Amino acid sequence: MADTKTGIGASVRRKEDLRFITGKGNYTDDINLKDQTVGYFLRSPHAHAKIKSINTAKARKMDGVVGIFTGEDVAKDKLGGLICGWMIHSKDGSPMKAGPHPVLALDKVRFVGDQVALVVAETKEQARAAAQAIVVSYDVLPHVVDVAKAMKSKANVHDVAPDNRVFNWSLGNEADTNAAFAKAAHVTSMDIVNNRLIPNAMEPRAAIGSYDTGTESYTLYTTSQNPHVARLVISAFHGLAPEHKLRVIAPDVGGGFGSKIFIYGEEVACVWASKFIGGRPIKWTGERSESFLCDAHGRDHVTKAELAMDANGKITGMRVHTKAAMGAYLSTFSAAVPTYLYGTLLSGQYNIPNIYVEVDAIYTNTAPVDAYRGAGRPEATYVVERLVETAARELKMDPAEFRRKNFVTSFPHQTPVIMMYDAGDYGAALDKALDMSDYKNFASRKAESAKNGKLRGVGFSAYIEACGIAPSAAVGSLGAGVGLWESAEVRVNPIGTVEILTGSHSHGQGHETTFAQLVSERLGVDINNVLIVHGDTDKVQMGMGTYGSRSGAVGMTAISKALDKIEAKAKKIAAAVMESSVNDVEFKDGTFTIKGTDKKMGFGEVALASYLGHKFNTSEIELGLKESAFHDPSNFVFPAGVHICEVEVDVDTGLTKIASYTAVDDFGNLINPMIVEGQVQGGVAQGIGQALLEGAVYDEDSGQLLTGSFMDYNMPRAANMPHIENFQLGFTCTPCPSNPLGMKGCGEAGAIAAPPAVINAITHALGVRDIAMPATPLTVWTAMQSMKIAAE
Amino acid sequence: MENFNYHRPATVLAAAAMLKKSKDGKYMGGGHTLLPTMKQGLAAPTDIIDLTAIKNFGGIKVSKSIVTIKAGTTHMEVAASKDIKKAIPALAEMAGKIGGVHVRHKGTIGGSIANADPAADYPSACLGLGATIETNKRKIEADKFFTGMFETALKAGEIITAVHFPIPKKSAHQKFPNPASRYALTGVFLSQDGKGKVRVGVTGAAASAFRATEIEAALTKDFSAKSASSVKIAAKGLMSDMHATAAYRAHLVSVLAGRAAAAAK
Ligand SMILES: Cc1cc2nc3c(=O)[nH]c(=O)nc-3n(C[C@H](O)[C@H](O)[C@H](O)COP(=O)(O)OP(=O)(O)OC[C@H]3O[C@@H](n4cnc5c(N)ncnc54)[C@H](O)[C@@H]3O)c2cc1C
Repeated sequence: MADTKTGIGASVRRKEDLRFITGKGNYTDDINLKDQTVGYFLRSPHAHAKIKSINTAKARKMDGVVGIFTGEDVAKDKLGGLICGWMIHSKDGSPMKAGPHPVLALDKVRFVGDQVALVVAETKEQARAAAQAIVVSYDVLPHVVDVAKAMKSKANVHDVAPDNRVFNWSLGNEADTNAAFAKAAHVTSMDIVNNRLIPNAMEPRAAIGSYDTGTESYTLYTTSQNPHVARLVISAFHGLAPEHKLRVIAPDVGGGFGSKIFIYGEEVACVWASKFIGGRPIKWTGERSESFLCDAHGRDHVTKAELAMDANGKITGMRVHTKAAMGAYLSTFSAAVPTYLYGTLLSGQYNIPNIYVEVDAIYTNTAPVDAYRGAGRPEATYVVERLVETAARELKMDPAEFRRKNFVTSFPHQTPVIMMYDAGDYGAALDKALDMSDYKNFASRKAESAKNGKLRGVGFSAYIEACGIAPSAAVGSLGAGVGLWESAEVRVNPIGTVEILTGSHSHGQGHETTFAQLVSERLGVDINNVLIVHGDTDKVQMGMGTYGSRSGAVGMTAISKALDKIEAKAKKIAAAVMESSVNDVEFKDGTFTIKGTDKKMGFGEVALASYLGHKFNTSEIELGLKESAFHDPSNFVFPAGVHICEVEVDVDTGLTKIASYTAVDDFGNLINPMIVEGQVQGGVAQGIGQALLEGAVYDEDSGQLLTGSFMDYNMPRAANMPHIENFQLGFTCTPCPSNPLGMKGCGEAGAIAAPPAVINAITHALGVRDIAMPATPLTVWTAMQSMKIAAE
Repeated sequence: MENFNYHRPATVLAAAAMLKKSKDGKYMGGGHTLLPTMKQGLAAPTDIIDLTAIKNFGGIKVSKSIVTIKAGTTHMEVAASKDIKKAIPALAEMAGKIGGVHVRHKGTIGGSIANADPAADYPSACLGLGATIETNKRKIEADKFFTGMFETALKAGEIITAVHFPIPKKSAHQKFPNPASRYALTGVFLSQDGKGKVRVGVTGAAASAFRATEIEAALTKDFSAKSASSVKIAAKGLMSDMHATAAYRAHLVSVLAGRAAAAAK
């Protein structure tokens, strides 16, 4: 290990935080360009309606108005619509039914908030006033907001899908699975709802689009998790401009949780419209209420799930049928979420010989649904862990032992649903979690709680997830429109400082620190002498961005490969300068030495020599020290772990408190344990949010979003978390065999694991089979009423 | 938000005159209800008459039997007042549970009571303590003040200047916050005076704050937690929304009254 203070495994303080917490970040809304105008979107007040006419005459004459654009203008200019980048085929072989998704609504609006017109003015007040003066004549159509009812509704969201079904996808062997159920000694069957969530990143979405009339090229500043993908889509599918005439910059981005992966109409409209107002930049900064209405939501599944077991309590089969809401349009990666990110994880940590899953993806008149922290895997884990917990209770087995009995124990393990688990030790995580949570003394804690009028319960979640989706050829064969590799470039400056250009994007993850730690480890350079450059398509050649916990396993591996090349070349130069054979050069702790001699050169000296070219033959060894690499992983990585939650339910009010939470995770090797812990804590907070607090509610009658602000949508607060002393984190480690760093991914684990752990604990406390998420005081109290649980 | 004329009168008299002169003016205390509604386009007054520059518009006076809180006093000042903590500790406690720190530093007692939000905390204290609301025109008993959802006995242009709270023998406040907004999903403020008379003010449960007379009767007979919590409140007439049904709110009134009775001091 080189510099143990800043290398791999050191809990180095995050380099970027000082900038962020002192208000010196540079977010899209902080940027102001010369001659900038303000964009404002007129949005649909209806869940579903035909647009009969849009009259902008009066609005155009108002003070400060620079331009007004509607769907017709977009169509006239032949700007392409928004795409879904993953093609799913139905069981019967037919392709998914993707309805049109214009940048600005054309002919029809399909959810409350759908963008109808872009108004550009000198000030926001003027733009808003003009938007209010636009007269839109609507013919209101029947709408449907409930995924469970949409296939039988008289509302028809898209003509291409008369029953609102986008596809009917399946995975696994149906006949074998049915046979396993026919032979089963016990079957556990459940109806499971995964509640719809609204991401609410701290920074709302924003964009500044501009057109340079001189170079005939566009620039888009935007809140994106993957600026290169945005450029690719806007160039290749919207057809705005070829890639070399379009620069996309995602500067500091204040959180995304998936919602900023996607390409949205607003950003495209701003950059497109600039050309029609003489190239003046158009800035749009979403308001919080726009985030609620229009950012892609997450989850929203209704599922019937069954588990078959033999007489010994061994799981023999699983059968799942899910209705997954897609919302009004197919968002960028939406089709992949309830399919390849969901069905493939239904084996959980268990050896299940037969699995069959069918998924109906369904349009509703709501905001589009796409990846949100965990994306498909929380939904899968919720199904698996609610089923397994309930099965254990029905079999009167300890839920921990029932799980252990069914764990996968030898690796590699091929599941019936595509995945090949490469490494893991699920029993070790379970043992550690049982120990840390003091499971054996649960009964005495329960008795103590009862004295205070509280019902105590304990719930488990033994989750597995797959991150760093790969390899590219495999995802391509499953319908992905892109490859899922990552690229990196390492530029060593003449004085030995290092610039890393990466296609990963940091929007809270701490890449500026962790990526620098890798360089520090490998080159012996202090992390303060490393610059991480990302988020600008003019600086970084290509990249696939940050989501699905891929930046470590995929992004850092690309950097590591480029560093291999740097080291190899630096060795050649060091050998030449020190007049030795390259085979005798050793590199350690930032110093090159020649075996058997006292000759040595520091990394900085070799860097300088590489640019001077004084002491080696520049026709044999190329000048400079700069290398790049692409990395395409050979497999997913499989983080897994066991989380145990204890809750206390107030019998009088139904209020649930997290009494304690224990998370034991196997993320392989950790680069910065402090950052990893932060990721787990944040993920668990979001998972507790889903289980207890958060839920998007649309009014069935009006189609309006009822939870359109923080007054009604309940984001987790610090006080909703377990006390820090009762929030324990532990780690086990089976290094990942498919990347040289042995890392897995840690960004989503908490959000994946927590919901079933919490709900299993509440149902245990109450002695009920199920309770809906979010388990609000009202929901829990109502359940207790029907159970006649009451305080003495 | 629409443009408006902004005024900072120095006296109550001037403020009232300004409002009369304006086309569609509004008084502003801390602005913590008024401004959000303006931002959402739900209100668009032509004139804002900011009351906070009026001399001596805020302030706390505690006599032997009465706590007087002037209209411009912020929730933070009430929560931190040593005199109130001694005289009516539950009142200081209640003020300390309103919103967050930021809200408490801006929101005023006058604004809160004039606004009469069905989920606001002060109305329960006014009813639970039998307060008198003083305006630039008259004095109004709390029992006659809260007339409906966002509705009060205030006449057009009338300015609240102070609230007088009789000091009880003991009192307590219990709040079950709305999980999202943290306003009162249901809140109960109860007190018992020297003669044993009990008052129970309830907020959050109905369109307007009200007195739970059945619980008052039960507690007057037997001042105990059990006595309060075993009173069944009728759900009829209470509010129902996604956070709480009327039945749940009715249940919470009894539970919170029981807890308040146990905590009263
Ligand atoms: C995020 C947030 C959370 C909150 N949480 C809570 C909570 O938990 N509990 C709670 O009780 N409240 C809560 N509030 C409300 C807040 O505490 C204030 O009490 C409330 O906003 C009104 O006080 P104000 O001084 O801000 O009045 P303003 O907003 O200035 O005025 C409100 C109304 O009263 C009128 N008005 C103001 N002063 C007078 C006066 N002296 N005489 C006559 N009319 C007057 C105004 O014209 C206006 O119509 C919250 C507010 C926010 C923004």
